[in-house]
Amino acid sequence: MDPIGFFSEPFAYDFMQRALGMSLLVGAVCAVLSCYLVLKGWSLMGDAISHAVLPGIVIAFVLGIPLAVGAFAAGLACALLTGYLKYNSRVKEDTVMGIVFSGMFGFGLVLFTKVETDQHLNHILFGNVLGVTTADLIETAIIAGGTLLVVLAKRRDLLLYCFDPNHARAIGLPVNVLHYGLLVLLSLTIVSSIKAVGIILVIAMLIAPGATAYLLTDRFERMLLIAVLVACSASVLGTFISFHIDGATGACIVLVQAFFFLLVFLFSPKHGLLRLRELRDQPGMPAGTIPGPAEPLPALSGRTDGALQQVVDQGGRPADQHHAIEGRHGAE
Amino acid sequence: MMNRLDTVKRGEAVARPASIAVNDLTVTYPNGFTAVRDASFELGPGSICALVGVNGSGKSTVFKAIMGFVTPTAGQVRLCGLPVEKAISQNIVAYVPQSEDVDWNFPVLVEDVVMMGRYGHMNFLRIPSKKDRLKVDEALERVNMSAYRKRQIGELSGGQKKRVFLARALAQEGRIILLDEPFTGIDVTTETAIINLLRDLREAGHLMLVSTHNLGSVPDFCDQVVLLNRTVLAAGPTASTFTQENLERTFGGVLRNFELGGHALHEDDDARRINVITDDERPLVFYGVKSRKKKNAKKQDAKKKTAKNQDADQ
Repeated sequence: MDPIGFFSEPFAYDFMQRALGMSLLVGAVCAVLSCYLVLKGWSLMGDAISHAVLPGIVIAFVLGIPLAVGAFAAGLACALLTGYLKYNSRVKEDTVMGIVFSGMFGFGLVLFTKVETDQHLNHILFGNVLGVTTADLIETAIIAGGTLLVVLAKRRDLLLYCFDPNHARAIGLPVNVLHYGLLVLLSLTIVSSIKAVGIILVIAMLIAPGATAYLLTDRFERMLLIAVLVACSASVLGTFISFHIDGATGACIVLVQAFFFLLVFLFSPKHGLLRLRELRDQPGMPAGTIPGPAEPLPALSGRTDGALQQVVDQGGRPADQHHAIEGRHGAE
Repeated sequence: MMNRLDTVKRGEAVARPASIAVNDLTVTYPNGFTAVRDASFELGPGSICALVGVNGSGKSTVFKAIMGFVTPTAGQVRLCGLPVEKAISQNIVAYVPQSEDVDWNFPVLVEDVVMMGRYGHMNFLRIPSKKDRLKVDEALERVNMSAYRKRQIGELSGGQKKRVFLARALAQEGRIILLDEPFTGIDVTTETAIINLLRDLREAGHLMLVSTHNLGSVPDFCDQVVLLNRTVLAAGPTASTFTQENLERTFGGVLRNFELGGHALHEDDDARRINVITDDERPLVFYGVKSRKKKNAKKQDAKKKTAKNQDADQ
């Protein structure tokens, strides 16, 4: 197949153009959010909110309100419920989250089987980017565009909140607003992505680009840029590949993203596996780990029995300890 | 109009001398645990104060109350005469975190971290002005880290890391600076440099509250101490407050106490004894050791590695 045909052929179809636009939008907004999730250690939060969206979609259908509204409400409810349960019990956050989102997902599945809807479960779970209408595209563009705008405008505050929440608070930033703001933005991102990649595959879009970029740079602004580039290339490649192999589009995009991550994991110039191996095999210290000052070895003369006991406590007879010291400082 | 009012208010706050007033502070957490009860102390401008106590004595709770992270169950904290919220909104309090609390793999450079100290002075979008950049340059220069400004923070040594966060506090221009365990994991050179810097800041009227395990260095550079064990046991000038008796009350059985004296220590009849007090750092102590040096130095001996154990040679 000629390379031009690979890209030009799908463009002959309207649905492919819309699919491409959709996956680019979703890829970009998820990539930006993924940088924060990766740095904040919130990957599971993305997982949780996206699963918890399911009952919201079904209930919204029953009530006759826009599905996106129901999905957003359910996603946010999951985040808030997790926070509430964690604050009021001794159970750790990731545990609480696991219970909340799997519970909500189960509830959604039960509801789905009991309610007659015009939705396909497969489309909700894995997306149906080839079936998006122009109206879908506009809706996603508004949600994703708004989310992107807010995140980029407040990117420095959000970054500071992820890096050092205590300092953020000490200089008077509204930390609670930032915390819940990030959750709201995350929920919006997931809602905007459901049509394209579904609630299961969106998790990959919310982790892989950020993780890939994290291995490539030590500057946050560049990390944002790289993540968006990686995600958009994966969207384009994945969409075209799915056209040619007649495969599921969302899955193809996610697969390309995972492939990009693997490449970078191995070959990143600074943080890649091969580079780390190389550094490890080199004689001397690897770059980036500056050896700290040697701990001064405490030695104290005295005649306290408790003190003698100390020596024994430290794992050896006094004589052994002494020889060790002599050996270490014999050069002096 | 609004702006001018704002400026006047800010001007007032800057003119206020630095002070911390903690009155009958009680903090009970949602799980029912009371970390601090009826704690009171007052500190004025131009002072370095050590906050000393065992783990769990409420040091970090006192810090959190001063920074407004926890709301007092009873009592109150005032900074520069203002309630905590107001003081924080005016950038009065700067905080230097413990090294363990920082994710050193975070993709930020040294200069980025120091610039974070300026966010409270910036506009909504946090776009640095010329003044902000200047303050960052000055702060980096002051801690001698200008050469490292483009480094990712994880590439620094323990002492350099600490300097970066100190520079952030300087760039913030807070008149009250809280330092959480500033001397753990750093070399002696950096410790001296930090202490010198803190002394300069004291001259300039800043108020520094330092939580520390490093009892030995407290009399060196702290003019005030607050001894804490779930409440304030003693507070006041170091000379009169940092006494063996008070320390024993503060640390209870946790403290290790070595008394050294007599002919094992020196060859004259000096009856004075050396008393080594330490909390979590375990000194290695040898019994009946003869030093290579004729004149046996005092407790600095703990750091010298030249001890020779005769018993072991036999």
